[in-house]
Amino acid sequence: MTKKSKKKIVKTAILFIMPVIIYNIIFKIIPIFYSLILSFTNYDGFSSPIFIGIKNYLELLKSQEFGNSILRTGIFALEVLPLNMLISLILAIMINNKIKGISFFRGIYYLPVITPMVAVSIIWVWLYDPEYGIINFLLSLFNIPPVYFLADSSTALSSISVMRIWRGVGWNMIIYLAGLQNISKNVYEAAKLDGATEIQSFWKITLPLLRPVHIYVLIVGIISTFQSFTEMYVMTGGGPLESTTTVGLLIYREAFEYMNMGMASSMSFILGIIILILSFMSFKLNSKNNEGV
Amino acid sequence: MTKKIKLYILLIIIGIIMAFPFIWTVTSSFKPDNELFSFPPSLIIKNFTIKNYDYVLNIKGFSGYFFNSIIVSGLSVIINVLFCSMAGYAFAHLEFKHKNFWFFLLLATMMIPIQITLIPTFLIAKNFPLIGGNNLFGYGGTGLLNTYAGLIIPHIMSAFGVFMMRQFYLQIPKELAESARIDGASESIIFFKIFFPIGKSSIAALAIFTFTQAWDDFLWPLIITNDDSMRTLQLGLEIFKSQNSADWGPLMSATTLTIIPVLIIFIILQKYFIDISISSSLK
Repeated sequence: MTKKSKKKIVKTAILFIMPVIIYNIIFKIIPIFYSLILSFTNYDGFSSPIFIGIKNYLELLKSQEFGNSILRTGIFALEVLPLNMLISLILAIMINNKIKGISFFRGIYYLPVITPMVAVSIIWVWLYDPEYGIINFLLSLFNIPPVYFLADSSTALSSISVMRIWRGVGWNMIIYLAGLQNISKNVYEAAKLDGATEIQSFWKITLPLLRPVHIYVLIVGIISTFQSFTEMYVMTGGGPLESTTTVGLLIYREAFEYMNMGMASSMSFILGIIILILSFMSFKLNSKNNEGV
Repeated sequence: MTKKIKLYILLIIIGIIMAFPFIWTVTSSFKPDNELFSFPPSLIIKNFTIKNYDYVLNIKGFSGYFFNSIIVSGLSVIINVLFCSMAGYAFAHLEFKHKNFWFFLLLATMMIPIQITLIPTFLIAKNFPLIGGNNLFGYGGTGLLNTYAGLIIPHIMSAFGVFMMRQFYLQIPKELAESARIDGASESIIFFKIFFPIGKSSIAALAIFTFTQAWDDFLWPLIITNDDSMRTLQLGLEIFKSQNSADWGPLMSATTLTIIPVLIIFIILQKYFIDISISSSLK
């Protein structure tokens, strides 16, 4: 290749990656530092930010409201993630069968994943309606009095969790399906020859070999549940009695309703660090366990 | 044989649970009020009516929300496809300095939680220099607030898109570009006439992914718009809900309308959806 054409290639390459690099620097990299700086200020979005050091963080450490919202978000994740993983694994095993019409069922199970969150939230508010909702009608068939799913602070968060599990299992199902299809059939055949039952193969082969998939699903799940906002905003607005106010909702309110952008930035940094630590711990869990295998 | 039947029964039961909320939404949207609020509720529509749709479609602004969502999702798709495939191709087939550094920088941006970038991105959009009445230093005006440019910001040029397109182009032999070079084709012609068209299936997948994400977005439009004429469909739907929370008929027809576009895309391109999920799980 001539020197001239090599130069041309480099020029094209720079031209081709430039837009994406510049975009990501402006809207991803700079914002991290911007956010970090803002977290040490008192800023209403209009007048100049006032530097106040770590005061926001000290205040958040003492703030019951913030602590509670983190706890609530954690409970939400604990309600959603294990059930979501279990159900999607079962679904994946079911749809891994090569039988007629299986792609139809895959499609149906996957449908909630692509449906807009606002629409899905409104649908579930209607299903949960205390007077006319179909779920309360079904309960009435068993003589259960109407449950005020979203209007009762003891049931609101779990009601949203149920919706989230329904919406999320299709996605994880597909990921698990990919994982299942990566396991070589020879392993199962060898186990069968050794006299292993199907249930034994599941516990001793399928489950351990899916470990990277479990970890992936768990990390993506942690990231998405800890950031949840839309469903709370639409279904309950954070109520009743703040029982569904997650960190995501609190940050939104602080920044765009009360215009405390400095404080909101500190909150988002703490949230980001929590997500990072939890993801890292899940990841470590994987590599540590692998050493034993 | 019995095992197969058991499996089918189980598949159908779960299928009903998964599909029921949609079925109930669509049937509710065609019911008159007295049936909607009747007890016991019935799945069968006795007096089929399109009154609810008529009501929603005649609300001032609703078609505008729809139009805005189409523009925002459409523009996001076009920009994303163009720039991500260009960058993906460059990372896969062109040699330049510090290639790995730039690529890992991009990958790293995928891990930043949205809350951390949300407030700064809003401030950057609002204080964008020389736009929306702003001066060179970003003061005085509203910047990208209430503009299509502002609305599409989070959805263009995703690092994931670059990654996905790079994975695809890596499978294509380098010799293809070499021979075109020997024939005297210029670098941009090699990309636009040869590599871009080859990537059709990956581009389709990226397009669907971008479209559904932009269509689904709620938080960003909530922040970046306060002018009713610039609101998107999801935002309009939520506002409609909070204003008419007891009006379940129109609410259900409005909800059905926001689902239809993704539903159509999903039915036509179901296979792609499953493929994207798997490929994005490999990131």
